[in-house]
Amino acid sequence: MKSVNLESKAIVENVSRRNLLKGVVAAGGLVVAVQALPRNALADGGSVNQYATGAGGMPGGTVWDPHTFVAISPDGTVTIVTHRSEMGTGSRTSLPMVVADEMECDWAKVKIIQAPGDEQKYGNQDTDGSRSIRHFIQPMRACGAAARQMLEKAAALTWGVPDTEVRAQNHKVVHVPSGKSLGYGDLAVAASALPTPSLKSLSLKSSAEFRYIGKGNVPITDLHNITTGKAMYAQDIAVPGMKFAVVARPPVVGGKATKWDADAAMKVPGVVKVVAIPATPAPAKFAPLGGIAVIANNTWAALRGREALNVQWNDGPNKDYDSAVFKEGMAAQARKPGKIERNEGDIDGALAGAAKVVSHEYYIPHGHHATMEPPAATAKVGGGKAEIWACVQSPGGTRGDVANLLGMKEADVTVNVTLLGGGFGRKSKCDFALEAAILSRELGGTPVKVVWTREDDIRHGFYHSVSYQHVTAGLDKNNKVVAWRHRSVSPSLMSNFMPDPKRESALELGLGLIDTPFDVPNLRLETGEAVSKTRIGWFRSVNNIPHAFAMQSMVAELAAELGRDPKDFLLEMIGPARIVDPRKTVTSELWNYGDPWETYPIDTGRLRRVVERAAKEAGWGRKLPAGHGLGIAVQRSFLTYVASVVEVAVAADGSVSVPRVDTAIDAGFIVNPERVRSQVEGAAVMGLSIAKYTEITFKNGRVEQGNFNDYRVLRIGEGAMDVRTHIIEAGIDVPSSGVGEPGVPPFAPAFFNAIYAATGKRIRNLPMGNSVKA
Amino acid sequence: MQLKVNKQDRKFEGDPQMPLLWFLRDELALTGTKFGCGVGLCGACTVHVDGKAVRACATSMSDVAGHAVTTIEGLSPDGNHPVQKAWRAHNVPQCGYCQPGQIMQGAALLNEKAKPSDEEIQSTMSGNICRCGCYQRIFAAVKAASKEA
Repeated sequence: MKSVNLESKAIVENVSRRNLLKGVVAAGGLVVAVQALPRNALADGGSVNQYATGAGGMPGGTVWDPHTFVAISPDGTVTIVTHRSEMGTGSRTSLPMVVADEMECDWAKVKIIQAPGDEQKYGNQDTDGSRSIRHFIQPMRACGAAARQMLEKAAALTWGVPDTEVRAQNHKVVHVPSGKSLGYGDLAVAASALPTPSLKSLSLKSSAEFRYIGKGNVPITDLHNITTGKAMYAQDIAVPGMKFAVVARPPVVGGKATKWDADAAMKVPGVVKVVAIPATPAPAKFAPLGGIAVIANNTWAALRGREALNVQWNDGPNKDYDSAVFKEGMAAQARKPGKIERNEGDIDGALAGAAKVVSHEYYIPHGHHATMEPPAATAKVGGGKAEIWACVQSPGGTRGDVANLLGMKEADVTVNVTLLGGGFGRKSKCDFALEAAILSRELGGTPVKVVWTREDDIRHGFYHSVSYQHVTAGLDKNNKVVAWRHRSVSPSLMSNFMPDPKRESALELGLGLIDTPFDVPNLRLETGEAVSKTRIGWFRSVNNIPHAFAMQSMVAELAAELGRDPKDFLLEMIGPARIVDPRKTVTSELWNYGDPWETYPIDTGRLRRVVERAAKEAGWGRKLPAGHGLGIAVQRSFLTYVASVVEVAVAADGSVSVPRVDTAIDAGFIVNPERVRSQVEGAAVMGLSIAKYTEITFKNGRVEQGNFNDYRVLRIGEGAMDVRTHIIEAGIDVPSSGVGEPGVPPFAPAFFNAIYAATGKRIRNLPMGNSVKA
Repeated sequence: MQLKVNKQDRKFEGDPQMPLLWFLRDELALTGTKFGCGVGLCGACTVHVDGKAVRACATSMSDVAGHAVTTIEGLSPDGNHPVQKAWRAHNVPQCGYCQPGQIMQGAALLNEKAKPSDEEIQSTMSGNICRCGCYQRIFAAVKAASKEA
């Protein structure tokens, strides 16, 4: 077993972790599992399994083998492997915590190590889609339970007593009649000689017995290292003999360098080589953009060398991309009939016969992740092998992409995962790791770290898709909404992987459009054509952001039109508690976040409950100071139900602050409520950034922003400083759903609904800026 | 040129225009000082020079010749500066990348003014961006540390 040591500064030289594990193995202390189990066995009806998930459909599926995930050393230290990337959600702590709790470990004696990319061994590692807990709570419980039962069995054999007389308890096994006990370290060797219990023989703890799961009493494992500067991110990697590189990339996607001054760059002291990286024609997946790399003895020399290159570019087919012009084209598409994606009743007849028809349009520009850690990767490629150190959300995918690029077998590629200084979807795309691999190969095996600057990050991203939404509602003479037509126009992220589909794909449609839960008899959801002119990428909660913005704004607009309370009207639009099943009325497939419908249907009872909870906690209807307003919005995303009530305060100069946010979240069973709260707090800040500031624009194919001066994000004190998270309590039998993303979509519409309540002004074009008058 | 970094004497003989950030990160392997923007807009690289908070990315080596630099690694011998302790008590970090800079900024503030007002905390910390959005807890931690001071 190999793993990067995240606690060490000299990441390669210090191999204490590896030595520890080797020592453990040599001492026979590794808890062994001998059975080869079918993938996702838990979902196949074993006694441990409580519900099916889509985890088995992901590359690598799930693995719960304690041999893979758990090691016990003679001093009793339990080492648990975490296989998902840590970008701030806490999964690096929460999943091992699940193992440790089921295993009856004392958390103080648990160490966590990060798995390298190897999905055959560890199961799926694609840390994306708010899936880590959702797909791995069950396998990790099984893993911990299996390890616990092996330790109990080992103790029973050692003492020569029946299994029924022993019980694992807080890092030791106790012989109940006599009270004698053996520590886990003492039992490691004997336990390792036993076969793994079968899945059906596993006995899970009852939730009443949990020490850590569901409690929120375990700080993140990296807390001390983060606060002392010892935590290692990809930008921090240092490998002996390593060179530093920056890349001049084409300013327009699809462009190519035609001329550059390598000699001038080589004259900068410290520069060692200039290398051209080829561009890959679209669809390029995550292939590097190409360009000219400058490799040097330190980052500063590489940066200065890059300035000297004076690259001339052939801009290629996207050179005319102008986001202002593009917006007009999208609007035109949104105003005419589009492709029908879901159809119920007779929308045309209902609108024709409606007593009143209301239409509104909503626009959200491109956005960018702007992770605080710009992308970075180090590679060492030589002798037929490659080793990568990178901040990647998908280490398994990265391993495959590096192997393909270099013409190697995956077995010859090691991808070490550092901590990620933010991810939000950007670091799902491993272009920066591929750049490092190319450059190390060019240097004949010398390790190379590719550093992206902030400008590189903002100008060469995979952007949150621009979108234009047109929503029309028809009201009957009793002011009931009898028709709802929502047209969505947005270039597809699938353009990275296939010829541009020129409209939202099934995956994007399932993110809040064709799963619309409203109780309206005549319903039609359509898409219009939009061609991708840049790299479109998924951004935290993805198309849920524009879809929720349009739908939840429109509901409040209708409430205003009718003089109704927005919360009551929203509940009326949702209708009675029921299961909404769009599978019969969609024209293609309904993508349910890759998970089985039976486990995670669209439950309007849960949707109503978060609306009611957020409203109650926020004191909906309370008397507000002058200039204040409350707005509400709800969205089911990533199989989780979230409603937010945002309070705004609009000053005389039009500037808007957010004194308070109340968010209710129903994500099924919660493993770590403390981290759920932190995700909800952060989602409000990101939502407010989207509402007020974040915008990437293009002119002549080029991104016009470059740093935090012109790509503004929220700073402290600008609002959302008092976010109150209200978790809907759920038992262990309620399937866990996503947490990292679903806090974002309801925020912006709730914010704009609050501005409307405070001022009567409706904002439909994002970003607003800091002022309602701007 | 000579300078002190975390109380140790250090020599530098390269480009005097090189930002302190790259000396700390690339030459001394003090990577707790993070690279976030390179132009003094995000605060991830905040260190102390003679006790005052500065952005290492926008401070050239010639500016710090003869001065004393403190990085997150040198803030406290055992990592228990009141701001660090408050950070842990409030479970502030998410991804953690901006946090050393935030902590160094908070520590410099409390060094200058033991009991800053809420407005002073927010205005002083407003140069430090956190994209995860930990601001509510950052504020609470700085305030809690100020009460301890």
